[in-house]
Amino acid sequence: MNYLVENVFEPQMKGTREGFGEAMVELGRRNKSVVALSGDLRESLRMVEFGKAYPERFIEVGVAEQNMAGVGAGLALCGKIPFLCSFAVFSPGRNWDQIRVSVAYTNANVKIIGGHAGISVGQDGATHQALEDIALMRALPNMIVVAPCDAEQAKKATMAMADHVGPVYMRLTRPKTAIFTSPSAHFEIGKAQILREGKEVTLVACGPLVYQALLAADGLQGVIDVEVINMHTIKPLDVETLLKSVKKTGKVVTLEDHQINGGLGSAVAEVLGERLPTKIKRMGMMDRFGESGDSTALLAKYGLDKKGIIKTIKEFK
Amino acid sequence: MTCRERRPLSNNMNSLPDIAREIRKNTIRMLVAAQSGHTAGPLGTADFFAQLYFGGLINFDPKKPQWEERDRVILSCGHYCPVFYTTLAMAGYFPVEELITFRKLGSPLQGHVVHQVPFSGTPHRQLPGVENTGGPLGQGMSLSVGMAIAARMDKRKWKVVCISSDGEQEEGQTWEAYMAAAKYHLGNLTFFIDRNEIQISGNIAEIMPLEPFRLKLEAFGLKVKEIDGHNFEEIKKAYEWGQLFPDQPKAIIMRTTPGKGVSFMENKYEWHGKAPTEEEGKRALMELEK
Repeated sequence: MNYLVENVFEPQMKGTREGFGEAMVELGRRNKSVVALSGDLRESLRMVEFGKAYPERFIEVGVAEQNMAGVGAGLALCGKIPFLCSFAVFSPGRNWDQIRVSVAYTNANVKIIGGHAGISVGQDGATHQALEDIALMRALPNMIVVAPCDAEQAKKATMAMADHVGPVYMRLTRPKTAIFTSPSAHFEIGKAQILREGKEVTLVACGPLVYQALLAADGLQGVIDVEVINMHTIKPLDVETLLKSVKKTGKVVTLEDHQINGGLGSAVAEVLGERLPTKIKRMGMMDRFGESGDSTALLAKYGLDKKGIIKTIKEFK
Repeated sequence: MTCRERRPLSNNMNSLPDIAREIRKNTIRMLVAAQSGHTAGPLGTADFFAQLYFGGLINFDPKKPQWEERDRVILSCGHYCPVFYTTLAMAGYFPVEELITFRKLGSPLQGHVVHQVPFSGTPHRQLPGVENTGGPLGQGMSLSVGMAIAARMDKRKWKVVCISSDGEQEEGQTWEAYMAAAKYHLGNLTFFIDRNEIQISGNIAEIMPLEPFRLKLEAFGLKVKEIDGHNFEEIKKAYEWGQLFPDQPKAIIMRTTPGKGVSFMENKYEWHGKAPTEEEGKRALMELEK
């Protein structure tokens, strides 16, 4: 199946958060049960339009993420579909216990939106770069974890998570990144997408770095034949697609804007360790914090851009 | 059916003090059977729970626990569940005989209150009448705010009653919840706060002073009443007084004696988090019979 736009290497640019904001306005129109909560970040999470369109369903809780999680759970238990909007460092970073008890254990129909995730948030620095959120959410029973690769996919993921009954975490990013999936591409929670077929290495990525993976695979054309999988759902992991690809290639590289411990790379390694022991290389933040800087410069410094990926794959024997 | 139409439990239990005494006795029995759980707070709030469920304060129907118009009772201090479970059983939500399964494998009477939206793989059935998962303090406060906002959005008449403890006030989340309750003018929300002055490792005044508590609550935008938590009439009147203020959340501070009714437990923080032995249980039941 072709998931990509026609001119994939001359893409339009938009943040995944923009796709989310647009989808919320549409979702609010379609479903009167949808409620949005903001932790004083309505502009950053692109909730301004939703707030204007549905003021009676927009709840500003202020800089109080623990309360936000509980208020969301209370709304959900009364039939609402609350979307909790904050930065990933604060939610789920700061309210993990509230999410664990009032949302996940309770199995409340709460949607948690963690914005500005990863080092790609850039200039704000390490305090604001969520690099552990996937690990935090992946450890919770009943929780689904989604990291869309572009604004287009973020739109579809937003719609899909509203339809799913139960807790979902979605990770969003700040900078404008390539829109490379097509509007007609099918999206389903838990169903990975093979964006490029290859025979020698399986490159599994999530979030906007999937685009860097595609660029790297293209750059390696004729040298190493790379298969690129967009693992937009980290939990539940699409084990079937992963195993099928790895059986063919025999080598795996994972790529994420997250700590290498506990995130996508760990999820892939866990499955392969039990089901199909395979040579694996995890790319991400190597058990360290980030720093301030331009998003592009940061990804380059930490080897998470096209150039860094090509280097890693070439060296991966 | 509302509790206002309920008949007395039996011939020898037609007054609130009688019901409260029976709640205390059943609470002691279940704690002895479990050999685990919290004693002081539950005994201290038995009068309140008797008034809440048998004194006409709230609308509920034990035969229809999901009845849409029911008032929502949230136990934020989830460790108070022994007195809550006992009251729910006596109110008709489930058999009183089931109380002795408290904290045992497979029992719906979990160590702290649990409410789950059904999914496959739950290890026990859901206990009717329990509306929240609680224990990690502060969480029920925010959940109550969410429910009160939902009721307001849907123009429902049902109310939210949130039970909290004074030790719980040490959690920052509690104050986040108060701020939001005041901001959204949640007149349909009442916090009943058990002011028994103890917590697990000592007296609150020593662990983390709370006074001037009333002033703090008022400063956060709540309508506040301080009452004797063992006086049935005061509990009722305070709740009814609160209904006069449709645009403000209420906090009713109930001064209580932890371990109330059992002389060797009263006012001893050591009884916060432990259950009586069989021998202690017998002595407690004898005292409560008097």
